[in-house]
Amino acid sequence: MIRRALLVVLALALLAVGFTGDRFWLQFMGKAMIGCIFAMSLDLLVGYTGLVSLAHAAFFGISAYLLAGLSNHYGLVSPVATLPICLAGAAFAAVVIGWLSLRATGVYFIMVTLAFTQMLYYLFNDAPGLGGSDGLYVNERPFSGRTTAYFAIWSALVIVYAVLLRVLHAPFGHALVGIRVNEQRMRSLGFPTPRYKLVAFVIAGTLAGLAGYLDAALYGFVNPAEFGWRQSGLVLMTVLLGGKGTLHGPILGALLLTFVEHYGEQFTVHWNALIGALVIAVVLFLPRGLAGLVHARD
Amino acid sequence: MSFSLFGLQVLNGVEQGLLLFLVASGLTLVFGVLGVLNFAHGSFYMLGAYLAFWISAGTGSLLAAVLIGIPVMASLGFLVERLAIARLYKRDHLSQVLLTYGLVLLFNELQRALFGNDVHGVDAPRLLAFRIPLGSAQEWPAYRVFTAAACIAVAALMRQVILKTRFGMRVRAGASNAEMVEALGIDVRKLFSALFSAGTALAALAGMLAAPLTTVYPGMGENVLVLSFVVVVIGGIGSIKGAFFGAMLVGLSDTFGKVLLPGLASAMVYAVMAAVLLVRPRGLAG
Repeated sequence: MIRRALLVVLALALLAVGFTGDRFWLQFMGKAMIGCIFAMSLDLLVGYTGLVSLAHAAFFGISAYLLAGLSNHYGLVSPVATLPICLAGAAFAAVVIGWLSLRATGVYFIMVTLAFTQMLYYLFNDAPGLGGSDGLYVNERPFSGRTTAYFAIWSALVIVYAVLLRVLHAPFGHALVGIRVNEQRMRSLGFPTPRYKLVAFVIAGTLAGLAGYLDAALYGFVNPAEFGWRQSGLVLMTVLLGGKGTLHGPILGALLLTFVEHYGEQFTVHWNALIGALVIAVVLFLPRGLAGLVHARD
Repeated sequence: MSFSLFGLQVLNGVEQGLLLFLVASGLTLVFGVLGVLNFAHGSFYMLGAYLAFWISAGTGSLLAAVLIGIPVMASLGFLVERLAIARLYKRDHLSQVLLTYGLVLLFNELQRALFGNDVHGVDAPRLLAFRIPLGSAQEWPAYRVFTAAACIAVAALMRQVILKTRFGMRVRAGASNAEMVEALGIDVRKLFSALFSAGTALAALAGMLAAPLTTVYPGMGENVLVLSFVVVVIGGIGSIKGAFFGAMLVGLSDTFGKVLLPGLASAMVYAVMAAVLLVRPRGLAG
C-alpha cells in the first residue's frame, strides 16, 4: 500500500518536472525515465523469467537507428507513423535473435545473446550510410520541443508500468515465474515453455525498442557505442541495483544510476571505475538490490 | 583469388585461430571446472598486451616482457580469484556476469590511467623481423610463423599437462564433477586458484604474442572476449578439443570474411555461430 502511494507520488513529481520547462532537468529526468523503461523491460526477462540476456541494448539501438533512417531518408517524423515501424523493427529483431538464442540454455544463452549484440554493434559501426562510430543525427525529431518529448516519455513510462503489471498478474506472468523456478516442472505440466520464453523475449525487446525510440527522439542523435555490450551490462546492473523480480526495483535503480553517472562524471574522469566498484559491491553485499533492502526493513 | 593469396589467407586464419585458442581454452576450462563465466578474461588479454608494450619499450626485448609479464599476470589472476571469483562459486549466472563485468570496467580504467587512450605499436623481436617468401607474389612475416609455432607448442604442452599429470587429472575430474572431487578429499580451493591463474596467464600470453601483430589499443580485450565466447559456444563449454576446432573455424571465417565480404566481415563469424547453433545447440563437442 505504502509502495503504491510512493510510486504515485514519484509519478506526480516526475510529471511536475515537465512543467518547469528547464532545459537541464527535462533532459536529465527524461533520460532517467528512459532508463526506467529500459530496465523494467529487461527485468521481465532477468527477474521474472530467469533469462540473463545481454542482447537488450541491441533492440534499443535498432529502434533508434530506424527512427534516424525514417526521419532522414523518408521524411517520416510523426510518432503516429514512426513509433509503430520502430517498435515492429525491434520486435522483429527480437523474434529472430530470441528464436536463435533460446535454442541455447543457461550460460550458452548469455554468451549467444552477447555475440548477437556485438554483431549488430559492428553492423551499425561498419555499414555504409550509418555514420560509422560517429553515429547519426535525427534531422527532424518526432516531438516538437523538449517539453512535449518529456511528457511523451512520462506517458510511455506510466503505460509500460501498467502493461507490465497487467502481464505479470495475468496467468502468462505466473507461467514465466514458474519457468524461472522450475522449467522442467512447467513443461511436464503441459506449458510450451520455449514459446513462453520467446514471447517474453519479444515483449521485453519491443519495450527496449520503445526506450531506444524515445532516446533518439529526446537527443536527436544515435551512436553505436550506446548499443554495445557495455550498455547491455549497464542495464543489467541497473536491474540488480534496484532489485530484480520487482517492477519498482528497476525504477529505483535507473533513477539512482542516472544520478551517479551524471555526478560521477563531474567528480572524476575515472568514473567508470566508480561504476565498476559499485557493481561489484552490489553483487557481493546487496544481491537483492535496493528493493530488497526496503523489504528487509518492513 | 590466386592460389598463393588463398594459401596466405589460410595461414593467417590458422594463426589467428591459434591465438584465439589460447584465450578461449582458459575461458572454457575456468567455466568447465570452476563454473564461473568470466567476462574479465578479455581484460587479461588486454593487460598482457599492454605489459608487453610497456616492458618491451623499457627493455627493448619482447622475450623479457613475456618472462616478466607471465608471472605478474598469473599472480594477478591468483589475486582476482581469491578476492572476487571465489565468492561466486555458489551464486547464479547473473551475479557472475555482473561481478566480472564490474572487473572489466575496473581493468579498463586501470589501463586508461596507466597507459592512456593512445594506440601503441610493439616491435617484433629483431631476430624475427624478416619475411618468408610464399609463392611468387606473397610473403609471410617470420614473426607470424613464430607466433603460430609458439601457440602450437603451448597447446601441445597443455595437452600433456591435462592428460599426463596429476594436476591435469584433477582438472579433468573437476570438469566432470567438482563436488565429487571435493568429496574424495582433494583441496579444490587450491585446484581452482591454480587453474584460474593458469587461464589468466594463457590469455595474457596470447595478448603478448598478438601485440606486435595487432598493435595495442583500449578495448582490444573486449573484441577478443566476444570472439572467445563464440569459440566456446561453437566448441561446447568445458571442451578443450571443441575450443580448438571452434577457434580454427572462427579464425578462418574471420580472415576470409575480411577478404571476401569486407563490409560485413564482422558478421561472418556470427553467421557461422548461428549455423552451428541451429544444428547443434550445445556446440560441436556437446
